[in-house]
Amino acid sequence: MARRALMVWTLLAALAATPACAEQLVVSLSNHRVAVTSSFDGENLVLFGTVEPDRPRAALRSAYDIVVTVTGPRQTLRTRRKDRVLGIWVNVEARQFVQVPSYLAILSNRPIGDITNAETARRLQLGLNNFLLPQRIGPDTADTVRDDPFRVAFVKLETQHGLYRESPTDVTFLTPTVFRVAIPIPSNAPTGSYGIDVQLFADGAMIGRTNSALEVVKTGFEQVVAEAARDHGLLYGILASLMALVIGWFGSVVFRRD
Amino acid sequence: MQIYLPIADLPVNIFLVLGMGLAVGFISGMFGIGGGFLMTPLLIFIGISPAVAVASVASHIAASSFTGAINYWRKRAIDIALAMMLLSSGILGTATGVWLFTLLREVDQLDLVIGLSYVTLLTAVGALMINESVQAELRARKGQPATLRRPGSHNWIHGLPFKLRFKRSKIYVSAIPVWGIGFSIGFIGAILGIGGGFLLVPMLIYFLRVPTATVIGTSMVLTLVTMASATVMHAATNHLVDAVLALILIVGGVIGAQFGARTGQKMRGERLRLLLGLLVFAVGLRFAYELVVQPEELFSIRMVSTE
Repeated sequence: MARRALMVWTLLAALAATPACAEQLVVSLSNHRVAVTSSFDGENLVLFGTVEPDRPRAALRSAYDIVVTVTGPRQTLRTRRKDRVLGIWVNVEARQFVQVPSYLAILSNRPIGDITNAETARRLQLGLNNFLLPQRIGPDTADTVRDDPFRVAFVKLETQHGLYRESPTDVTFLTPTVFRVAIPIPSNAPTGSYGIDVQLFADGAMIGRTNSALEVVKTGFEQVVAEAARDHGLLYGILASLMALVIGWFGSVVFRRD
Repeated sequence: MQIYLPIADLPVNIFLVLGMGLAVGFISGMFGIGGGFLMTPLLIFIGISPAVAVASVASHIAASSFTGAINYWRKRAIDIALAMMLLSSGILGTATGVWLFTLLREVDQLDLVIGLSYVTLLTAVGALMINESVQAELRARKGQPATLRRPGSHNWIHGLPFKLRFKRSKIYVSAIPVWGIGFSIGFIGAILGIGGGFLLVPMLIYFLRVPTATVIGTSMVLTLVTMASATVMHAATNHLVDAVLALILIVGGVIGAQFGARTGQKMRGERLRLLLGLLVFAVGLRFAYELVVQPEELFSIRMVSTE
């Protein structure tokens, strides 16, 4: 009974809130395509956004918060743990992280904990601790508790590699309604399409949301090599050994001693 | 100057890698070996994953053994019939090695197996070489002539069936040990990223009595074929051959080998062998250290698949 009452109240509150103060989010990305070349050592993409009333002259609230979640192409990764066995260090245990983002940045204008409550943060997957990182455990695939050692180590290693990031300072409000987001793209960022999810908060509640996307492409010689190795393994191998033979033959001709 | 290695997925200094190629090439030219057992560990020590190091070094050894094989071919110091017999099973050994390599990688134990094998192989071979050259040095001090050890003219290997005659080497041996040796060298080479010349030459001399005139040239042909096929197989199955890395190593290696060969001719054989023995032993110890000392980071990540 109490639960039903709560649901009704929530619904009413939502209906009441939506028309009264509905804000619109408008965002624009500086560049939708990042070309990673061999000399690329990271780049900051800039996303500008503004909070607008959806009706003319409607009142805007005094304070907004923005949380931006950028996710790279999904990958399945294995995290291994070493332990000492008979005096030597051996990988003894491994967990598979299934279809997790290869790149994950959660950027906001202040700490997630100050923007909204823990329950909402968990529901909206705000922050590295709340983002779903499903692991394959036996036949099941599920995220574990936040302090699971494999999850902690995985997030730590990915953060060290610059691929995972949680920053409460990368979103700056230029005016109370205009904001700027710096999205760092490291040189080891995987190629593919990245989703950008922008969420607008006021008084601890999510009141607006919009999406954008960017593409990371690698160009240049290294990329050609990497793609050839992946897509045409056999041909690539034959060419690599032919290259070895040609240089080997060349060496015997150039340095011929007799 | 930094260069990005596309498969190893890491930036390295091009001059560091070129220098490593030169240094290993120099040593291999000096001692007449392929140098894989030094190159693969060096790459691992600078941070390239063992799997990529093993797969990429294969092409480096193919290049240096091709240079060597051409030189021996000109001197007519290759027993083609024996080489063909060796490599018929050598390729099979390589394929088995690549298969086991893939399997070990899937169960996250490849690095361990590579490490353990290097410790065992290098410390044992290094100790044997040191021992032998110290003995020879002592004999020389006492004024005794260096005794050429000539074991009994027949051992159990010569009692095996399926005998074949190899004219160039003037030997008459069973095909079984020939296949066995070819298979094991191909197998070890594919897993450890070594040509195996430093194992193959003694095996051919002690087990098959291949004369010194043809032994090195013949072993180079086997190394060339097993390593070229290992490159193709590693590229086709595990996609781990880094052609950019291989290219730099090969260029450095081919040049370094020429200077090494000239220096080697000026040095005394026994002293050279002692130096090589110490070097091999030291690399073995370095691997043992890696395995025994607690790593800074106990966790590591390996990519399984992309979307």
